[in-house]
Amino acid sequence: MFGRPLLRFVRNDTHINFMRGRFVGLATSAVLSLASLILFFHPGLTLGLDFRGGIVVEAKTSGPADFGKIRSALATHNLKAEGVQAFGGPDDVLIRLDADETTNTNAVVDEVRHAVAEAQPGATIVRADAVGASVSAELLRNGLLALGISLLMILAYIWFRFEWEFALSAVITLVLDLTKTVGFLVLTHIEFDLVMVAAILTILGYSTNDKVVVYDRVRENLRRYRTMPLRELLDLSINETLNRTLGTSCTVFLAALPLAIFGGASLSGFAWVMLFGIVVGTSSSIFIAAPLLLLMGEKRLRKDTRPAVQQEV
Amino acid sequence: MMYYSRIKLLSVAAVCLLGALLCVPNFVRKPALNIPWPQIHLGLDLRGGSYLLLQVDLDSLTHDRLQSLSENMRQALISANLGYRNISIDQKAASLSFQPRDPSEKDRDVKVVEDLPRLVPNEFAVTSRDDGTIVLALSPDATRARAHDAVSQAIEIVRRRIDATGAVDPQITRQGEDRIVVELPGISDPERIKALLGTTARMTFRLVDEVPPGTAVAPPGDTILPLADHPDQTLAVRDHIDVDGADLTNAGATTDEQTGGWAVSFSLNSIGTRAFGDVTQANVGRRFAIVLDNKVIEAPVIRSAITGGNGIITGNFDAHQATDLGLLLRAGALPVPLSVVEERSIGPSLGADSIRAGAMSLAVGFGLVIVFMALFYGLFGWYANVALFANLVLMLAILSLFGATLTLPGMAGMLLTLGMAVDANILIIERIREELKRGRTPLAAMQAGFERATSTVLDSNATAFLAHVMLFVFGTGPVRGFALTITIGIATTLFSTLFLSRMLMVRWYALTRPSTLPV
Repeated sequence: MFGRPLLRFVRNDTHINFMRGRFVGLATSAVLSLASLILFFHPGLTLGLDFRGGIVVEAKTSGPADFGKIRSALATHNLKAEGVQAFGGPDDVLIRLDADETTNTNAVVDEVRHAVAEAQPGATIVRADAVGASVSAELLRNGLLALGISLLMILAYIWFRFEWEFALSAVITLVLDLTKTVGFLVLTHIEFDLVMVAAILTILGYSTNDKVVVYDRVRENLRRYRTMPLRELLDLSINETLNRTLGTSCTVFLAALPLAIFGGASLSGFAWVMLFGIVVGTSSSIFIAAPLLLLMGEKRLRKDTRPAVQQEV
Repeated sequence: MMYYSRIKLLSVAAVCLLGALLCVPNFVRKPALNIPWPQIHLGLDLRGGSYLLLQVDLDSLTHDRLQSLSENMRQALISANLGYRNISIDQKAASLSFQPRDPSEKDRDVKVVEDLPRLVPNEFAVTSRDDGTIVLALSPDATRARAHDAVSQAIEIVRRRIDATGAVDPQITRQGEDRIVVELPGISDPERIKALLGTTARMTFRLVDEVPPGTAVAPPGDTILPLADHPDQTLAVRDHIDVDGADLTNAGATTDEQTGGWAVSFSLNSIGTRAFGDVTQANVGRRFAIVLDNKVIEAPVIRSAITGGNGIITGNFDAHQATDLGLLLRAGALPVPLSVVEERSIGPSLGADSIRAGAMSLAVGFGLVIVFMALFYGLFGWYANVALFANLVLMLAILSLFGATLTLPGMAGMLLTLGMAVDANILIIERIREELKRGRTPLAAMQAGFERATSTVLDSNATAFLAHVMLFVFGTGPVRGFALTITIGIATTLFSTLFLSRMLMVRWYALTRPSTLPV
C-alpha cells in the first residue's frame, strides 16, 4: 500500500478499439438527448421555489402532525395551499403555496406561520421561504445566463488553446451532456433551482476538464505520429489516458457519493445530479467528443502539413 | 526540474505552515489578547436565521419629487400672478406639464419654472412645446443620483431600525441599484422586523379642513386621507406640511395619563418646536392631524398653543404598536418605501442538522478518496494524499483570511474540489508510468511526467475556473458560496499539486535514488 499500487483499472498496453463503436455511441447519445428534449417540453422540469416563486414552509409539530387541522387552519386564513404533505418523520410537515405577480408572498408567509401555530400549538417553523414572482423570473434569467456564458467561454478557451474542431466538438458534447442532465432532472422530479444550476455548471466544468485531457493527448500524438490516421490516433490517445480518465472520475464520484447519502434534503438532489453528470461526462469524453473530432477533423487535422499546434508548453 | 533549492523548499513549507496557523482561530476560542482572529463565518443556512431581500420603490421617489415640484410650481405661478391650466404628471417620462393661461405669458411662465429651486444642479430642464405646453422634465442623471442617495439613506435607516430591535450581528448590504439584502442570524421568525421595514414611517402634522362627511373630491390643496383605525372614514387634510417628522428628536412608548392606554410621546427640535408653536397658536379651535404614511392616526382639536415642543400621540395602540411606532419615529422615516420580495428563514435545528450532514459527508468523502489513492497509486498516492490534506488546510485558511461565509453548498464545493484535486496528481503519476514504459530511466520519467502533465493540469483547471467565476458573478446567496469555495479550491489545488506533492516526490527520489519507481 505504501509501495507499488495494489490495483489498476486497465493494463498499460490496453488497446480497445473505441472508434469502431463511434456511430453506436453517437446514435445512443442522440437518442437519449432527443428523449430528454421531449421530456423537457412534456412533462417539463419541476421548477424549484427559486425559479417558480411562491412559498414553502417546513414545520415540525410537537406530536404527530394533524394534516386535516392544518389544512382547515390554512383555509380559514384564506390561503390556497398547493400541497400540505409529510416528509421525513411523522412530525414533519411541508406546506407549499403558489404565487403569481399579484401575490404578496411576504404577507402570505406570515399568515402561514400563524395558521400553523393555531392548528398545531407548539409547532416550530424549521424553514420558511418566500420568493416573489419578479425575483424568481430574475433568478431564472441569471441562472440561464451563467450557463450560456460559461459554455461560450469554454468554447473560446478551447478554441484558443487547441483548434476550432476541438472547441466545437467539445461544446457539442457538453450540450448533449446538458440535455441528458435535464432529462434526468425531469425523470427524477428533482427540483430545478439555483443549486441545480450550480450542479450543472460543476458538471460542465468537470466534463470539459475530462475532454481537455484527452484532447491534450490527441494534440501531442498528432505531433508525435505524423502519419498515423486520425482514427487510430484517437483510439491510441483514449487508451493512453484511460487509466487517468477512470481514476479521476472515480475520485470525484467517491467525493460526491457521501453528499448523496448523508447530505440531507437540501444537498442530496444536488449530489445525485452530480453523480449522474460524472458518469455522463466521463463516457461522453470517450464515446462522443472523440468521434465528433474524428468526423470534423478527419480531412483537415491530418492533411495539414503544418504542425497541428504551434508550440508545446 | 528534479532539484529544489533550499529557499523553494522552505517557502513551500512556510506557506503550508502559515495555512495551518490561519486555520487555528476556527477551532480555538479567541484569547483575551487583542490580536486579529480571522474566522470563517457560518452562513444562515448553517446557523439559522433570516435572509430578506428588500425592493426599493424608486418610482415613488420620482413621483414624490414631481408631486412636490408641481406644488412649488403652482405657488410660484400664483405669487408671480400667472395663470395655468391642466397641470399633469407623466410618471413614465418623469415630467410635469401645464398650459399657460394665455399664450402671451409663456415666456414669463418658463422663467418662473426655470427659477424653481433645484435639489441638485441641472435637476430638471424646462422646455415649451409648439402647442404652447410647458414641460418640466427631470434629468435621468439627477434622478439616478438621487435614487442612489435614497438607497444609501434607506440602508442607514434600516440599520438603525434593526439595531433598535436588538438583533445580533445583522448584515445589511446593497444589491444592484434598487435592492437591499438584510441578513439576520438567529432570527428565524422575522415577522416583526418585516413589519418595521415595510413601514415608511413618514409622519407629518397638518391642518384639517372641515368638509361634509363622505366628500370624495378634495378641495384644492387638500387630500382626502383615511383614518388609521377606521379606514372607511376620511378627513380632508391640507397638503401643506406644518411640522415634519424629520424634526423629531426623540419618541417612545408611554401611557396616556387621561385614559391609561398606550401612547407615543415625542419631542421636537428647535425648528419643529417653533413651527409647532406658531401653527397651534394661530389655529386654536381647528383640528390638527397627525398623519403617518398617508393615514390619519388622530386629529385632535387644538385647545391652546403648544410651545414646549413635546407631545403625545394617542391612537388606539397596544403595547407592541406603541413601542414599534416609537422605534420607527426615533430611527427616522425611510426616504423611499421598501417591500420584502424574498424571504428565507431557517430554524436553528435545521442549521445544526445541515452542519452535521456537511461535516459527515466531508469526512467520509475525504476518507474514500484517500483510500482510493492509496490502493491505486501506492506510495505516490500517499504523497498525493498529503497534498490533498494541505489543500484542505489551505482552503480553510484562505476562507478564514477573507472572513468568508461557509454555506451548505460551499461545503459541497469543498468536497468536490478535494475529489477533483487529486486529478492533477493522477495525471502526473500516470504520465510517469507511461514514460517508464517507453524505456526511460526513473529520473527521466519523473522529469518528463512533471513537465508534460503541467500544461494539461493548467488547461483542465482553467476551464473549470471559468465556469465557476461565471457562477459567482450571476449567482446569489448560497450558490455564490459554492462558486467561491470551488474557485479558491482550484487555486490551492494548483499550489498543492504543482509545488507540494511534486516536491515530496522529488525529495523522495533524491533521498532514496531508487532503480525502479513504485508506479
